[in-house]
Amino acid sequence: MTTALYDIPGPRTRQRHRLYGLASTALILALLGCVVYLLFSTGQFTAAKWTPFTYKGIQELLLRGLGNTLKAFALAAVLSLALGGVLATGRLSAHRPVRWVSTVLVEFFRAMPVLVMIFFIYVALQAEPLIALVAGLTLYNGSVLAEVFRTGVNAVDRGQREAAYALGMRKTQVMTHVLVPQAVRAMLPAIISQLVVALKDTSLGYLITYEEFLHAGKLIASNLDYDLPFIPVVMIISPIYIGMCMLLSWLAHWVSKRQRRNPKVEGVEVAAPEPGPLLPGGHRPPA
Amino acid sequence: MNVLLDNLSLYGKGLLGTVELTVFASLLALVLGFLMAAFRVAPVGSLRALGTAWVTVLRNTPLTLLFFAVVLGLPRFGLVLPFNLFAILALGCYTSAFICEAVRSGINTVPVGQGEAARSLGMTFPQTLGGIVLPQAFRSVIPPIGSTLIALAKNSAIAGAFSVTELLGVYKPLNELGYSIIWTFVWIAVGYLIVTLTISALFNVLEKRFGVAR
Repeated sequence: MTTALYDIPGPRTRQRHRLYGLASTALILALLGCVVYLLFSTGQFTAAKWTPFTYKGIQELLLRGLGNTLKAFALAAVLSLALGGVLATGRLSAHRPVRWVSTVLVEFFRAMPVLVMIFFIYVALQAEPLIALVAGLTLYNGSVLAEVFRTGVNAVDRGQREAAYALGMRKTQVMTHVLVPQAVRAMLPAIISQLVVALKDTSLGYLITYEEFLHAGKLIASNLDYDLPFIPVVMIISPIYIGMCMLLSWLAHWVSKRQRRNPKVEGVEVAAPEPGPLLPGGHRPPA
Repeated sequence: MNVLLDNLSLYGKGLLGTVELTVFASLLALVLGFLMAAFRVAPVGSLRALGTAWVTVLRNTPLTLLFFAVVLGLPRFGLVLPFNLFAILALGCYTSAFICEAVRSGINTVPVGQGEAARSLGMTFPQTLGGIVLPQAFRSVIPPIGSTLIALAKNSAIAGAFSVTELLGVYKPLNELGYSIIWTFVWIAVGYLIVTLTISALFNVLEKRFGVAR
């Protein structure tokens, strides 16, 4: 491993590093031990707090919550891909008013907290929780994806576009036959990473009483009959949430690694433009 | 317009709450983020593992879940703090994972020769990292940290749903008072725009001063 930071260590340094390693491992283990001790001393592992999870009703409640989470995610993912496509087309349009309108939309929805949009749709437009959640996620992730699409199309080598025009293709043909197919491959990792954001944000539905996974957890956690199994609920819910997101992140990573080996998509790299520099002139460094 | 003028103090309090959350959580996130980045590039295996675990877990945790666990969970351990301290803790830890990754990719942009030169002068690992590599990494890391902190400011809205005074929470009393909901939200949106645009402008200035000219 070559790094700017240290040479390949010699025998004495290796020994020193081992010593540091042992010390820090001991420290980390001590911290973990503290947490476990706290868990035990506050009685988080008593049978009363854990038996509810063997009940069928509780399991069904959790599964229904998980199903609702996945439903919201699937809807939001499909719709935001569609909206992203529309907005990106708008931003790449040859007509100035169309370009202008879509730019304003994209910049506004990227600058707003998702939760504000969800609450607005839920409170002001009196929508159902699911609709409010999906609409809010779609507006935000759709406009972020629009930026991904746009940078992806623009990142395709200029020569491709010029050659296509030289063959007499129309703009639509150039887009659909030449640019987009090449851009999609390069954009795929960035798109999947954005879907991770959408998946994570479905948990916002909890705040507008959409009956998703976290909501189911809260329902169980605050049940007096089950001795308020708050920590057990967190211990069951978090690994599932984190696992789902990690799986998607891992997929994005895998796709991008595979593409780095593929000579056909060489040279086109699309970073996720997450929150976005709001003022002109901001740029990101080459990663 | 009336909504804003009649309730200027309420809006002011909300905006102040958001700013306060953003500032303190940013500080926590920067400190933790740089620390974790240092861990992730350290020669000591267990520290590297800690850094990696920290980043992987926090980046894949929904922030709402983190808030849920921190604000409602920590009191079960007998740790009772004001809600806004809990919110700062949750926001700061969550964002630190993103800061860490930004810093780490910044460290990768520093030419290897810089570190080699530092080492050949006899500098130790902390000296190389703190004196040579991080200051240069910092310059190329300004824009991504700016975007991360803008995201933090936007994420602070979630704190409002967990009983912390902040901008989004303003809608509730105003809604009960019967003000036009649409206008209530318009001014909330303006408030968030003010916060995010300020951060954005601040980082543009920082970038102009310290950024690497390419």
